[in-house]
Amino acid sequence: MKEPSRSYEETILVIEPGRTEKNYWTDLWRYRELFLILAWRDVAVRYKQTVIGILWAILRPLLTMIVFTVLFGRIAKLPSDGQAPYALLVFAAMLPWTLFSNALSEASNSLINNANLIGKVYFPRLIIPTATLVTAFIDFLISFILLLGMMIYYQFVPGWPILYLPFFIVLALLASLGPGLWITALNVKYRDFRYVIPFVVQFGLYISPVGFSSNVIPEQWRLLYSLNPMVGVIDGFRWCILGGNSPIYMPGFLLSLAIIIFFLWLGISRFRKTEKTFADLI
Amino acid sequence: MPDIVIKAENLGKRYTIGHQRGRGEQTTFREVLIQNAGNLWNRSRDLFTGKPVIAGDTLEEVWALKDVNFEIERGEAVGIIGRNGAGKSTLLKILSRITEPTEGRVTIRGRVASLLEVGTGFHSELTGRENIYLNGTILGMTRNEIKKKFDDIVSFSGIEKYLDTPVKRYSSGMYVRLAFAVAAHLESEILIVDEVLAVGDAEFQKKCLGKMQEVATGQGRTVLFVSHDMAAIRNLCGRVILLLDGFISSDGDTDPVVDSYLRKITEKNLEPVEKRLSKYITSVSLSSGSGREYLSTEDSIIFTIEVDVFDKFIDHLRIGIGINHIAGARILTILSNNEGKSWHGISGKFEMHVTIDSPHLAPGTYRVKVALGDALGDFDTVEDALSFQVEPTDFFGTGKLPNSQQGVILARSTWVLKN
Repeated sequence: MKEPSRSYEETILVIEPGRTEKNYWTDLWRYRELFLILAWRDVAVRYKQTVIGILWAILRPLLTMIVFTVLFGRIAKLPSDGQAPYALLVFAAMLPWTLFSNALSEASNSLINNANLIGKVYFPRLIIPTATLVTAFIDFLISFILLLGMMIYYQFVPGWPILYLPFFIVLALLASLGPGLWITALNVKYRDFRYVIPFVVQFGLYISPVGFSSNVIPEQWRLLYSLNPMVGVIDGFRWCILGGNSPIYMPGFLLSLAIIIFFLWLGISRFRKTEKTFADLI
Repeated sequence: MPDIVIKAENLGKRYTIGHQRGRGEQTTFREVLIQNAGNLWNRSRDLFTGKPVIAGDTLEEVWALKDVNFEIERGEAVGIIGRNGAGKSTLLKILSRITEPTEGRVTIRGRVASLLEVGTGFHSELTGRENIYLNGTILGMTRNEIKKKFDDIVSFSGIEKYLDTPVKRYSSGMYVRLAFAVAAHLESEILIVDEVLAVGDAEFQKKCLGKMQEVATGQGRTVLFVSHDMAAIRNLCGRVILLLDGFISSDGDTDPVVDSYLRKITEKNLEPVEKRLSKYITSVSLSSGSGREYLSTEDSIIFTIEVDVFDKFIDHLRIGIGINHIAGARILTILSNNEGKSWHGISGKFEMHVTIDSPHLAPGTYRVKVALGDALGDFDTVEDALSFQVEPTDFFGTGKLPNSQQGVILARSTWVLKN
């Protein structure tokens, strides 16, 4: 045979029905630079043409936190976890909730927003929704600074559980990725799902233990309550940040974890199943 | 042994299209309700079983491509031609892995770069420099490759001064230059190019063609090139594949295939084309201002464009007609907005009548492109909407008939001898 004409070796590509299945995951790795640059683009573009720029990432959770603290802590007089200040209790939940809701909204609209790419170039489509998680994560990091400020203000020193925080951050991202993948795939064909997300996010804020501690839920309902996967994530965050004030309810946490894994599996398998038709539909 | 880099075997692509049942059949509110409920049930069932759902009551299967077989050797430059809807874009999309074939198989040896659009993924908020990295990565270059070629790309595009300006401030010409400059530096054994040269100014188009020629001949790379511009095809390609309704109609040396294609599309001459030409344009026809059956050099030309905007309202509707010489060069462009005409709230079916005062075209064959646009740009175009013949008449009033060898425009002249 002929020697390769360039420095890289010659690749042989076979295109036939069903073929892309076989080298999908290696392709995903080969396109990692695209993942990085798409994530970078989303971050770079996010706050262009805004006056206060990244302050939005602080302002939104901060204002919600103040409203919730007044509403649930002062007016409804719900108890905090142990000795923790109520504002800190709320903000420890605002962080994962904002991360989750941003990631979910961004991922769900990601394919539609990148329709021009999908029709014109090949790459594993999974890159698009996963790259949007990075934007949500950057916003998270910015509002995390606010948490540090609050800890100093309340003179609150977190214990060793804070070391587990990265695990729960990943968990919050995975919790949004599962439904996000499913909905973004459905969005390609049915734009109805675009309207589902704002609703889910708004609704979820009230049924998740953001403004209150999940300890206010009566003992016999806690397991059922943990069917909401964000309950496990938020409890985890509170445990990491507030330490012994806010112990984790284990059966509930495991249930939340199982739900997250189930949705992740569902999302990926739905996405993979419909992925091949995206270019024809979008 | 020939060195085959692309081999397509029995390639086929099927699309399923849904047709709405006629609305006239539903008379009562109850029937409408029952049908909608039925649709809703079917759709939600399909949704959860993961079956693709097609809107509409009856389904029709359309083969965009069928039984396509060809082999392309290393270093060949192959043109792909055919009317709108002949399957050219589908073929390119399969070769670039954007969509999967329904049947058959393609084997490709070497790295493929496809260029189906200029500036894929360009983001208007980002600067030229940032977009070079973004677009390059999207087209499949690595970061290091882009870094190495960055200076070449910038100098090819000629936009050094505006490198750190957001591309939304660029003129459309600069935008195209930058986008093509990135694409021109793709390092791949196989280059797939769709009609991207249709944009940009003439000088830059020439530069791009030159660059592609260099790619095709100089560096031993394989090029697949789709275009409606027969001049560009003749310039660049040694071999042409003609697609007709999804089949390969002919495949061979450029000149005979292009000639037979041009003969085929000119046969229709003044007859309107029956079927829908594009998404919204249903028909384009032409008549002579003199009322005669043929068009002479003196006559004004009347176009009738039938449009059916079935799914939206259009504001700032503009219509453009381009007349090309049969070889591909643009002779003239007529734009409604140049005449200060644009229309608002347009929807449904309408006919547009356009009269062009005698443009004094020389005898010969011309091809017509029609485009619909709004404030954002063109949203629907038909290349080769029709072609027409201009018959020679006694233009100069001297009995000398003009002929097609003397250019494309006729002009009367006055001659005075002084000594």
